Amino acid sequence: MRTPISYFLVVSALLFTMGTIGVLVRKNALVIFMSVELQINAVNLALVAFARQHGNLTGQVLAFFVMVVAAAEVVVGLAIIVSLYRKRRSANVDDAHLLRW
Amino acid sequence: MRDAGALLLIPLFPLAGATILLLTGKRWKGSSVGWVGSLMVAGAFASSLTTFFSLLSRAPGHRLMVRHLYDWIFAGSFRVDIAFRADALSMVMALTVSGVGLLIHIYSIAYMRDDPRFSQFFAYMNLFVFFMLTLVLASNFLVLYVGWEGVGLCSYLLIGFWFERKSASDAAKKAFITTRIGDSAMLIGIIFIWFHFHSLDFQIVFRGAPGLANGTATVMALLLFAGAVGKSAQLPLQVWLPDAMEGPTPVSALIHAATMVTAGVYLVVRTHPIFEASSVALTVVAVVGIVTAVYAGLSAIGQDDIKRMLAYSTISQLGFMFFGAGVKAYAATMFLLVTHAFFKACLFLCAGSVMHALPEEETDMMRMGGLFRPMPITGIAWVISAAALAGIPPLSGFFAKDQVVAAASESGREGLWILALFGVLLTAIYMGRSTFMAFFGKPRYRGHPHDPPALMGGILGLLAVGAAVNGLLNLSRTGLLERFLVPVTGPVAEVVSGPAELPLAAISLGLSLVGVALAFYVYLSGRFDWQALRSRFVGPKRALEKGLYVNDVYSEAIVIPARAGAAFTAYVVDKRVVDGAVNGIGRLFTWGASVGRRVQTGLVRSYALAILLGAVGVLLYLAVRF
Repeated sequence: MRTPISYFLVVSALLFTMGTIGVLVRKNALVIFMSVELQINAVNLALVAFARQHGNLTGQVLAFFVMVVAAAEVVVGLAIIVSLYRKRRSANVDDAHLLRW
Repeated sequence: MRDAGALLLIPLFPLAGATILLLTGKRWKGSSVGWVGSLMVAGAFASSLTTFFSLLSRAPGHRLMVRHLYDWIFAGSFRVDIAFRADALSMVMALTVSGVGLLIHIYSIAYMRDDPRFSQFFAYMNLFVFFMLTLVLASNFLVLYVGWEGVGLCSYLLIGFWFERKSASDAAKKAFITTRIGDSAMLIGIIFIWFHFHSLDFQIVFRGAPGLANGTATVMALLLFAGAVGKSAQLPLQVWLPDAMEGPTPVSALIHAATMVTAGVYLVVRTHPIFEASSVALTVVAVVGIVTAVYAGLSAIGQDDIKRMLAYSTISQLGFMFFGAGVKAYAATMFLLVTHAFFKACLFLCAGSVMHALPEEETDMMRMGGLFRPMPITGIAWVISAAALAGIPPLSGFFAKDQVVAAASESGREGLWILALFGVLLTAIYMGRSTFMAFFGKPRYRGHPHDPPALMGGILGLLAVGAAVNGLLNLSRTGLLERFLVPVTGPVAEVVSGPAELPLAAISLGLSLVGVALAFYVYLSGRFDWQALRSRFVGPKRALEKGLYVNDVYSEAIVIPARAGAAFTAYVVDKRVVDGAVNGIGRLFTWGASVGRRVQTGLVRSYALAILLGAVGVLLYLAVRF
């Protein structure tokens, strides 16, 4: 008997919620970043689960794309965080608030 | 159409002159600009003569040339051409305008020699001659209107030629705005004509004019007449002309005596078929004319300023012309117009010579007196022209005025006729007064006046000769001019009633002599202390000098309320309401922005939260919808 899709989706939703809460409540840029990765992977899990459910490869292909984009995003994001840290000696996102009223 | 080439050249010469002088005037050396300007007017005069003679060579019934230049406006059924027309009437006007214009241009070369804007002066003068010739040669109402407004513009530019003087720029504005009142009415009249005839061409309109309903003709004629009243400074729009004397004297001579102000008379004579379709309109013309003639004659008696005196005299003479047109004596009217152009131009140029000779451009006749001895040429020219104006035979003015008065008596309106005779008397009095005050009696002037340079003196001589002899043009009511004008004005009106011509001439001559004698007795005989009289009757003297306070009434009743209205719209409506609305909108957005920008906290997490909430919102919406 195949594992029902709802199992995968529940895990995916839990992961996504954890990621979201992490993004919203943490102040360290690196931790926020990791939380974002958690969200991405939750989505990937859902995609793969749906691909399995539908019996075609569309979801898996999409998941690969997401991984590639996530990798590129990590490169840029980490570069920003590193240069921000060099500038301000802190990775706290609340310290970077120049663009406001 | 063979000879129509010269016709086109008449307005083109001065237009070319104005263009050349406006563009390159500053580069010409010395007085050459003046000669170029004069040459262009001479060209116009020569072309007028050529056209005139080729008209003369035709049979009287065929003396009409129309030169169609091009279709100007072609919109649906509204069609207007640029076309010029030469017939007896327009040739009389064109010859007068270009002839007198030429003499005044040459006079100005010497008169304006030291002016820093010498070239501009001649450019404007040429432009004026161009527009004036366009006006008189126009073959339809719209081209006439172009000329009409053009001369108004040149009048404005030239009255305000010395605009550094506040009084000059004020006078220019006053002249422009006052005549504009009449011009607007005239434009409405032209539109009205188009609605009735579906054409603006003179030929078509005048052919249809006798068939007009009485009321329609009255409205049409009176609207056109309103334009004439403004341009020719008749009551009630006469206030601008005395002030227009702020311009250089040659301008007063050319524009505000000899030519532009007679455009109104020309208009009435030109459109006489419309006026004749309505007896009311003709009566209005005659009454306005004669009342103005008497009013301005009275005012002229009170003037001490020599140019203002001449200005009132011009208004008065124009009144006589309108009166003549109102009693259908068109040829006599045109005759008076032509002779008036000569003697009034001569008088103005004499006044210019006097101003030139006296220190500080003196115009007050109280500080003249006895000028004849040091300035004989000017004095002789003045006396001849003044006598012509006063109606002393055998000078030209006598014949002209006599014919107008005779026509009045023939029209059978005793009241108007008596007023006209009174006007004749007034004319003789004010001309006698000014002549005796300025040129004879004890010298009251300062400095050492002397006759003007030969160029100016020569022009004065030519104009004086013209003033003396151009009575020959029309010695009687069947004279040369009268017969020449018959194709346009129709045969001479039938005699209705009144004294015969010879006794009539005797009456008006008698009145002229009485007027001059009266002036002589008061101002020159020495048996009368006129200066004591002045101080005794300060009030009446002042009333006459102020033109019976018409100007002051206008300024109290119209100008001051209008200023108050303007102040209200400027400081209340514009400042508070319009500016208030604009500033209010600006302030609203500033306030909105100061509130709205608080959303931008600069905290990354709040943006993330907003994104999340947005995404949840979209999902909820989709979930509910499907």
